[in-house]
Amino acid sequence: MTVDQTTFRKALLDPDAARPDGLNDGRGQPAGRRFDVYRNNVAVSLTEALEVGFPVIRKLVGQDNFKLLASAYLRLHPPRSPLMMHFGADMPSFLAEFEPARQIGYLPDVARLELAIRESYHAADAEPISPAELEALSPEALTGASVRLAPSLRLVRSPWPIFSIWRFNVEEGAQSPKMAAEDVFVSRPNLDPVPRPLPSGGAEFITALLTGATFGDAMDKASEASRNFDLPVVLTLLVEMKTLIEIGG
Amino acid sequence: MLDATTHRFACLPDAPGVGYKPQHFTEIVNDAGPVAWLEIHAENYMGDGGRPIAQLRHLSERFAFSVHGVGLSIGGEGPLDSEHLARLRHLVGWLDPASFSEHLAWSTHDSAFLNDLLPLPYTEASLARVAEHVDEVQEVVGRRMLLENPSSYLTFEESTLAETEFLREIAKRTGCGLLLDVNNVFVSATNLGTDPVSYIDAFPLELVGEIHLGGHDDDEDDHGAPLLIDNHGREVADPVWSLFEYTISQSGPKPSLIEWDNDVPEWPVLKAEASRAASVLETANA
Amino acid sequence: MSKTTMTLAAAGAVATALAASLAVPAQAQTKEKCYGVSLAGENDCAAGPGTTCSGTSTVDYQGNAWTLVDTGTCTEIELPAMADGTPRMGSLEALDRDLPS
Repeated sequence: MTVDQTTFRKALLDPDAARPDGLNDGRGQPAGRRFDVYRNNVAVSLTEALEVGFPVIRKLVGQDNFKLLASAYLRLHPPRSPLMMHFGADMPSFLAEFEPARQIGYLPDVARLELAIRESYHAADAEPISPAELEALSPEALTGASVRLAPSLRLVRSPWPIFSIWRFNVEEGAQSPKMAAEDVFVSRPNLDPVPRPLPSGGAEFITALLTGATFGDAMDKASEASRNFDLPVVLTLLVEMKTLIEIGG
Repeated sequence: MLDATTHRFACLPDAPGVGYKPQHFTEIVNDAGPVAWLEIHAENYMGDGGRPIAQLRHLSERFAFSVHGVGLSIGGEGPLDSEHLARLRHLVGWLDPASFSEHLAWSTHDSAFLNDLLPLPYTEASLARVAEHVDEVQEVVGRRMLLENPSSYLTFEESTLAETEFLREIAKRTGCGLLLDVNNVFVSATNLGTDPVSYIDAFPLELVGEIHLGGHDDDEDDHGAPLLIDNHGREVADPVWSLFEYTISQSGPKPSLIEWDNDVPEWPVLKAEASRAASVLETANA
Repeated sequence: MSKTTMTLAAAGAVATALAASLAVPAQAQTKEKCYGVSLAGENDCAAGPGTTCSGTSTVDYQGNAWTLVDTGTCTEIELPAMADGTPRMGSLEALDRDLPS
């Protein structure tokens, strides 16, 4: 009797499947529930990885519901990479489909934000430009320049107030979210990613910069998207969050 | 081939090390106690940057490092993941650790990574496959590796070789060294009803480049027989310390690591475990 | 946007951004909170807790065991069920109505 890894794997992830034959306890008896040690290791370790990866989703739905959700997720979307830091990338689409979670319309976008924070945490380091460099630039040179933004920058756009929902769950005493679309900017000024809400037009401005537009063209795009585009607020954010890493060209 | 003399830490010292946890960063920098080297799980340092890499760069100035892979699936039936091998080569390349090791286990099948160290039968066929994989790893990563004995909860009826024979033969065919996890020896022997001391006696101790010590949990199988779980969630058990003393009395002092991965304690608790390992190693030196 | 407007806007924004970056004390910049991501997705080589936990219970892909007793903070958040403001009410009531408890 041989037990190949296809058989082993199938029985691992399916608790209703029979345990493979051909495994014993070292004393000639069938392995029985000894096989369940592996079943547990897989399910528990992947569930824990989701718990630390999606702390806000977990708080939103509650611990027991999250375990239920994780148990289904890890079987439908087992990791495709040995790097656990990447596990959970399909959570937004899963939450959009998972029946009870579908009732909570904002969950997929909150999961997107949590993924963005995690990606930002592991993104490559980059030296920001100094304030002096920015100061030395004439306004004409600035509007004509394209910029390079930090690899830790992530942008999450949502018709839901996802930043407010996120903050409500991580900050003591934060206000209860009010219905509004929110775009969130995530960047890593030092070693910790920081999410910040973007004013209207901000997402269009940053998206344009990311696709290589000049500062001036990005201003145009932002003003088209929003009459109230507030450049000082967005530029302050980029400087404070150390997201501008090169100006030129 | 890398020239050993260019390494900052050419090899792990015959002293205690601990599995590095980011929450201990400041305390390790300020008060490492008897801890002379650190081990990291390779996969946690394969991001592009940020805090994990920054901490590692900082610590590697002061401590010898062991890179311990947990995701390569060397015992897998399928081919090794070439992207993952490249990531290992990159990490080992820039960090230049004193040691690099992986497990006799599999964790990836049909491109799904199961995040556990799964067992394999010990047969001529699996021996040939594992030896081929170890050759490939050493070739790509560019250095000799250590292969670790697993903790077992069951055996395969098809197995024809003892684990010690299997590991000895892998080392002979590939030139790799071995990582002896003494807790795994105790856990497996208890679970499978064999004698842990005989296992140590049969183990090629001259090939051991590193020893692991960790805590285990107690459970039972269907027949009420003890089933120890290798959960690295508490102090090293007394019988494991005894087995460690026996091992060191046979092998001489070795780099010896305390692993604590679940319910990670405050630094002083981990440091105390390292001190206990240090006193065992000193006895062997005396 | 005219070139002049744009140039003026850029100049003003730079001045504001620089002033703000100077106003933030250095300590505040280094003391950002971590929001628990430092341990996200760690690999390790340890086993889980024994033989009797979630690895062995039947998987509920439909979420029929979803419980209202252990509701999380979503019950404290009052938002419409749909992002476009469709009047179907918030998450808790929706769950109550649609699912056997």
